[in-house]
Amino acid sequence: MSQLLAPGTTAPDFTLRVTPDQNLSLGELRGRRVILSFYPADWSPVCGDQITLYNQVRREFEKYDAEILGISVDGAWCHQAYAKHNHIHFPLLADFHPKGAVAQKYGAYRELDGVCERALFVIDRKGMIFWSYLSPIAVNPGADGILDALESLQNQEK
Amino acid sequence: MSLLRFPVNSSDHVQGPDNASVTLLEYGDYECPHCGLAHPVVQRVQRYFGPRLRFAYRHFPLTEIHEYAEAAAETAEYAGFHGRFWEAHDMLFENQDRLGLPLFLAIVRYLGLSEQGLRDALAHGTFADKVRRDFLSGVRSGVNGTPTFFIDNRRYDGPVDFEPLVATIAAQLEYAMTPA
Repeated sequence: MSQLLAPGTTAPDFTLRVTPDQNLSLGELRGRRVILSFYPADWSPVCGDQITLYNQVRREFEKYDAEILGISVDGAWCHQAYAKHNHIHFPLLADFHPKGAVAQKYGAYRELDGVCERALFVIDRKGMIFWSYLSPIAVNPGADGILDALESLQNQEK
Repeated sequence: MSLLRFPVNSSDHVQGPDNASVTLLEYGDYECPHCGLAHPVVQRVQRYFGPRLRFAYRHFPLTEIHEYAEAAAETAEYAGFHGRFWEAHDMLFENQDRLGLPLFLAIVRYLGLSEQGLRDALAHGTFADKVRRDFLSGVRSGVNGTPTFFIDNRRYDGPVDFEPLVATIAAQLEYAMTPA
């Protein structure tokens, strides 16, 4: 298993393709809370459930002023088809070239398989990692851990 | 191990006695094919344990991928408001291949309820809050897909088949019956 970046670490900035002709940088979201969801692949059944769930829960994330970003090594065209097929309304980023570079920075890359781990990060408004979680690759980690983290982050910032 | 944060209470739809030794709770979606397959399994499990088991159902509609899941859940709630939840529930699962307004109206008509009442409830989202509350209670308890079952307050992660469900419930019954 990988060693994820720990809470208290500054979240490394990155710029990735979010659509075939647009980029998104983490830095653009500074001032908001960000959830990074690294996942192995579009279309595979478990992530399907996981991404579908986050899509369904995103209104709750918004209540905490948190933006969720999905990240896998799939290309932007693949993400586009996947998002369209499943009505995904949040950004799916392509950690495609150089492959897995962002996942590696976060300690969330599976070198052996050449895919991202199933890993979650909650980043605070200042760009600091507040919470991270590495799930067994075949297990959907659900949204409860993320919501608990956002809740305690919010309480702490009060 | 995921624990149920919001135990079964009086706002839930429940079959079986309140003093049953064990509670089986399902988070489900009327348009989810796996829930459809689970439906007769649950009924068999209920028959097997009789009054020793209480069964509760909460909504977990994945509306982005299931066009009719929300309206189906609200239809069940509408019937529930009139004391007919379980009949609507069964009919929704048993007719999963033809979900849609005509089916929802046919169900309430069959139950002798007002079709216009259902149309109004769906248009105004009268029962949307209840469905959303169910959904969120599941999200906070580690429900990450459907169907998800809890036996008493613990999430059941085994296969949704008769034998393993019965075995797990039986073990919990034994635990519940053991004098402290």
